Amino acid sequence: MIKARVTVTLKNGVLDPQGKAIEGALGALGFDGIGQVRQGKVFDLQLETADKAKAEADLKAMCEKLLANTVIENYSISLA
Amino acid sequence: MKSAVVQLPGLNRDCDMIAALTKISGKAPVTVWQTETEIPDVDLIVIPGGFSYGDYLRCGAIAARMPVMQAIKAKAEQGVRVLGVCNGFQILVEAGLLPGALMRNASLKFVCREVKLEVVNADTAFTRAYAKGQVIRSPVAHHDGNYFADAETLKAIEGNGQVVFRYAEGTNPNGSVNDIAGVLNAKGNVLGMMPHPENLIESAHGGADGRGLFASALDVIAA
Repeated sequence: MIKARVTVTLKNGVLDPQGKAIEGALGALGFDGIGQVRQGKVFDLQLETADKAKAEADLKAMCEKLLANTVIENYSISLA
Repeated sequence: MKSAVVQLPGLNRDCDMIAALTKISGKAPVTVWQTETEIPDVDLIVIPGGFSYGDYLRCGAIAARMPVMQAIKAKAEQGVRVLGVCNGFQILVEAGLLPGALMRNASLKFVCREVKLEVVNADTAFTRAYAKGQVIRSPVAHHDGNYFADAETLKAIEGNGQVVFRYAEGTNPNGSVNDIAGVLNAKGNVLGMMPHPENLIESAHGGADGRGLFASALDVIAA
């Protein structure tokens, strides 16, 4: 079994109102010097295969087809 | 003309849409469940609003991958008219039938109010009952209606007349780029919009500004 983590983040230049609100809330809590906050998503997956190359290819297809909206989001894949 | 309304778990504006289509065309639409792989022979397919799949992952993302969407894509390629309202619009962009994406409202708040819409392009199958530049009223009710497209896409859709509706008179409720409220595909037969024209079609609604859209799409008015 392979454990994988997919991280999906907004592309640069795409407005992130939730990140902005979190940035403001952190400032209100007294955390100074925060340049920027961008919110993203993390998916932890367990794949029933031992073949790392296949796992990576499958994960890439999953990101392209569902996990990320590539109009606005980037993704990265890491295998444990 | 014959119409169809798509039904998916979590969509809740289907009955409003069925009522609007029935009242304006005089014929009840057929309903199509999400697992169906063939769409009956109709001239207009409507994906109504709601919260398909609880808005999990991204609004419309999971609905856009259901079997019925492949059938809708095939019909759209044949030139059948497709209208997506609110969650229906989100589903159409997630399915790749329309350009851009719909993001969380800039205010981060759910908005439920009336807005003004400018008919930017009245030379479409969906808007020919209106005049170019006409401002109509329409209700909106959504949390993720903030239209986004990259600069290149934006230039293309603005240049091609694919921006059909714009929020007018400072009523943009969600931060959409260029005040975009409704977008057409390049071929001109698929329209997505966040506002709910089906909720303003008769005096009981307090107005009938949305009626023209259905009268156009259903060929109730002369071409």
